[in-house]
Formats: sequence, C-alpha cells, structure tokens
Amino acid sequence: MPVSRLLPDAAGDDLIELTRDLCRKELAPSVEAAESSRELPRDVFRTLGRSGLLGLPYPEELGGGGQPYETYLQVVEEIATTWMSVAVGVSVHALTCFPLVRAGTDEQQSQWLPEMLGGDLLGAYCLSERDAGSDIASMRTRAKPVEDGSAYVIRGTKAWISHAGHADYYTSFVRTADTGGRGLSCFLVPANAPGLSAGTPERKMGLSSDTVSEIHYEDVHVDTGRRIGADGEGMHLALAALDSGRLGIAAAATGLAQAALDAAVTYAGTRTQFGRTIASNQGLQFLLADLQAQTYAARSAYLLAARLKDAGRPFSMEASSAKLIATDAAMRVTTDAIQVLGGAGYTSDFPVERMFRDAKVTQIFEGTNQIQRIVIARHLLAGTTSPKGNASADH
Amino acid sequence: MNIVVCVKYVPDAQSDRTFSDDHTTDRTNVDGLLSELDEYAVEEALKLVEAGEGEVTVLTVGPEVAVEAVKKALKMGAHKGVHVCDDAIHGSDAGATSLVLAKAVEKIGKPDLVLTGLASTDGTMSVVPAMLAERLGLPQVTQVSELSVADGSVKGRRDTDIASETVEASLPALVGVTDQINEPRYPSLKGIMAAKKKPVETWSLSDLGLDAAQVGFEGSWTKVVDVTQRPAREKGEVQPDEGDGGTKLVEFLNKSKLV
Repeated sequence: MPVSRLLPDAAGDDLIELTRDLCRKELAPSVEAAESSRELPRDVFRTLGRSGLLGLPYPEELGGGGQPYETYLQVVEEIATTWMSVAVGVSVHALTCFPLVRAGTDEQQSQWLPEMLGGDLLGAYCLSERDAGSDIASMRTRAKPVEDGSAYVIRGTKAWISHAGHADYYTSFVRTADTGGRGLSCFLVPANAPGLSAGTPERKMGLSSDTVSEIHYEDVHVDTGRRIGADGEGMHLALAALDSGRLGIAAAATGLAQAALDAAVTYAGTRTQFGRTIASNQGLQFLLADLQAQTYAARSAYLLAARLKDAGRPFSMEASSAKLIATDAAMRVTTDAIQVLGGAGYTSDFPVERMFRDAKVTQIFEGTNQIQRIVIARHLLAGTTSPKGNASADH
Repeated sequence: MNIVVCVKYVPDAQSDRTFSDDHTTDRTNVDGLLSELDEYAVEEALKLVEAGEGEVTVLTVGPEVAVEAVKKALKMGAHKGVHVCDDAIHGSDAGATSLVLAKAVEKIGKPDLVLTGLASTDGTMSVVPAMLAERLGLPQVTQVSELSVADGSVKGRRDTDIASETVEASLPALVGVTDQINEPRYPSLKGIMAAKKKPVETWSLSDLGLDAAQVGFEGSWTKVVDVTQRPAREKGEVQPDEGDGGTKLVEFLNKSKLV
C-alpha cells in the first residue's frame, strides 16, 4: 500500500503521483535486468529528466524545479521503493549541481546550470580518493595553474565515483595549494576533456546498476572559468554539498526500508505454515511492527531536517542524524525482511535479497555513520569542549 | 490548427471496479484516471499542434470528479479544458453521450480536427467516435495507427486483420487513434505548474441548449438491464506427472473441448 504522505502543496501531490506512475511503468520493468547486468540505466535518467525530476530542489530562475526539500526528498524516497540505484543516482546528480548553485558566478550559472538541471545531463561527484575517504583534506589530486593563469592542469585519481564513464560532467574537488583543507578547489570538468578517463567498474555488493569506478586525470586542462567558487573554497563547498546530499541518502534509505517492509508484510500475509498464515503469529507481528516503527522514524527524521533546511535554518546536525537513523533502519529492516521470507528471501527470486545488499553501502557512503556521529557531536558540543564548534572545519 | 480531444475519466483498471445499483459503472467511489487509450489522442493532438500552431482543447463529459481527466491532459500540455457536468447526464448510453459531446464541440467552436481514442477502457463500446462524427456532419477516420495532416486534409493508416488501408478525408474531420500511434508523454513538473493557470470551463446541459429528457436514462435508446460481475478465476487443478502427464493433458484438453 502506498505511504500516506503530507506534501506542502498541490504541486507536491502531483509530483508524487507522477513519480509513482513513472516508477510503475518505466522503472519497475527494468530493475531486475539492469541490476543483473550491472548496466547504468541511462535511458531511465533521461525519462526522469524529461519530467523535471533531475533538478527539483534548485531555483526555477536557474533552471531548476523550485521545489522544497520536503517535496524533493519524498520523490527520492518514492523512487527508492522501486529502484535504489536510480534514487541514489538522482541524489548524487543533485549533489553535483550544488557547488555551482551555491558559489558559481552569474555567468557560470547561466552557461551551465540550465542543462545540468534540465534533465538531459547526468553528473558525477569526484571527492574521495583511495587514501582520502573520510579524511578528504588529505587528498592528493592536484590542479596546477598554467603560467598565464588562464587554465589549470589536473593530475591524479579519484575513487568511488558514481556514474563514472557515463556522466556528462565531473564536479571535481582537487588540491590547488599545500594548505590542508584550505587548499582545495572545485572544478566543473566536462566528460570529453582530454586526459579524463574512467577505470574498471568496481565489483560491488549492491547498487549494481550504479556504475562506480576510479576517474583518472592525466594532465586534464580546465579553463580557470570552470573553477567554481574561490581558490581554496573547495572543502567548504564539498562539506556543504554533503549536508544536503545526506538528506537525499536518508530519503533513499527510507524508501528502501519501506519497500522491504511492504514485501515482508505481503509475504507474511500469504505464506501458510501449520495451517495458518505466518502473519497470524504474534512473534512475527511484533517483528513487522518494529520494522514499521523504524521506517517511520527514518521518514520523520529526514522530513524534519528538510523542513529546517527549507526554512533557511541550520540543519547539518539534523541531516547527519537523519542519515544515521535512516541508513541503520534500512539495514535492519532489509535484514529482518529476509528473515520473514525465510529461505525464499535468501534467493534472488525475491527482491528483499537485492534490497539487503543495497542497504549496506548507505551506512558507508556520503560520510560513514561513524563520521555522522562526529558531525553530530561537534554540533552538540559546539561552545563547550570544541573550540572550533564547526563541523565544516578541517578535521 | 485547433483540435478538440474527447477524453473519458474511467476507473483505474488496476484497482477494483464496481457497478452502482442502477447498473452504471461506479466512477465516483473508485480510483479513477484519464482513460489510458485517450492518452494517445491527447499525445497526437499535442504533436500536431507543436509541429505547427493552434490550440488543443480537452473535452470530457462526466461527474464532478471527471475533471481529473481534463487536468491530466492539461498537465501533459493541452491548452484548455471543458467539462460537461450535469446530474441529468447520468445513465446516458453511447448515443446520448455523443449528443452531449456534439453540442459541446459546437459550442467550443468549429475545430479543424476532433480526436478520440480507440474506446474507453471501461465501457469499451468504441462507437462514440462514429456517432459523434455523424452528429457533427464530419468525415470520420477511426482506428488509425498513423496520422498526418497536410493541405487541408488528413491521412490515416488503418490496420485491419487482412490489410492496411490509407484513408484520407478533408478537414474538418474526426479521427480516432489506436494505442499503436505514439508513445504518450508523462507530464513534467513544468507542465504540472503550467496546468494550474489553464482555463477549465464547466458546462451544464442548459449551457448546451439540451433538455434533461434528451440524455440520461430517459434519453438513451439502450439500457443495461443486468450486470453480473465476472466471477474470480478459480484455482486450477494440479496433476502430478507420474509418467502419464501427456495422457492426462490430452484427457483434460478433450474434456474441456479444447482439441
């Protein structure tokens, strides 16, 4: 049964209806095949883009959909109930647009944002490196300015890049000075830049149709006009983008939990043992009730953080809390959903097996859940034990 | 080119469909939507207008909730909507419905083209397009799976069991399209936002100069006297194959007079 949702306006209701329609007719028929063949469903993203779903949370005057996060995130959650890889892709795409929206000049925004938000293009977010994951300030991919200052030359390798090899542009964070976290800058690198290439796709446990690999920069020339924000502003932009991105992951994880719960409830109501449905056993009812409560808590957490963001209030601590709550809920709910389905749930003939595999990475990416606790604690203790009191500062 | 697309609000085929006590389809207490077969007519109208100029007006006849079908078409890109809504229309058969539609099309103004789908997904009579063309005095080209308009005439391809016909008619004309003609678009966020500002007029019978006696149960030439919900499919019989599966299968097919 579809989740009962409260949207802030009628446009939100219409968007949810449209999303459910797209999920049923365009996404659901392709999930199994694309996940098995590990192929990024580029056409599905185009279909979503044509309906305006790839630019929802950004201002209309910049080419976006002008929707509040409260609406955008519920769209992401709906997509995740059908196809987690695609929901994560939608969230990642929004992340790739963030620096340009936040710090781009008017000229940069009018040149690139309309097509980035318009649905035809798909972006990739290049932040992590093999040896710079949680500790991004230690990154080594470097951009050196050419003599006349008209361009930078980027050299290095980024890791764990979603949409690698399929993206139309790569929002790249690289080192421009040897000053730790203050020496990073952000560049918008087009996919066809000479010297840019994608490595062999990782053989991942889940999110199989989200192609992830390394991105190699072998002396990639990028015009200085493609630097987003000031030289040295990269770390700040990257972390601010992640605050919003974490809400997208929290929403997607909630949708994943909901889908697993729905599958478990349906199965429990039809599976008969000892002459009655297994759902008639109170032990199982209690388990299902717990799954519902955890899914509901996850949804409540990301929506409350979203409302703070929409109101222009600080939301970083709440976003990290929501990411922590929702992704842990997704892991627990998908694990227990398999338990409800028993042996059947352990096979790939039923979707909960895929959901379980998809859930694990949500506790890892866009800041591990340990990093979320660091962010939360820093906010919590700001002004007491931490002299900096700012989770966006170097660590 | 100005086009009127006739659409119907029908019960969602994916949920339960029920009948009222007076043997009409229950369209108020069930999940409803723009008939999926009509989406092809809306899409074709939008393509024709986008390739040239003009406006697409969406027309529906039905209870209050039927305006949702018009709204869906407006979100897809149609320009304006007309909803004929009057309690007296309840119970109209295909003939009476075509009368209301004809009067409404005339009131909208002489369009160059009237487009319809193949059939409604609930009544599936598939005769309203022909009746409407007759009432409007327009040439009719129905069940086309390919359509082109040029030099004041319309050309369509009709695929039948034995041949494909190409039929031409002069404009204005009525054209009915099949689900093979195009791939209907989804609304976009832009379409959703724009639809809020598009005009939808609601007309009663008197707006159309019609009398209650000409429509509804009273004005209909046919009447549904009985409706029986088709029984749910019964569970099949499982025959374990103990080396005689083939024989059992032939016996079953024989018994069921399938061979």
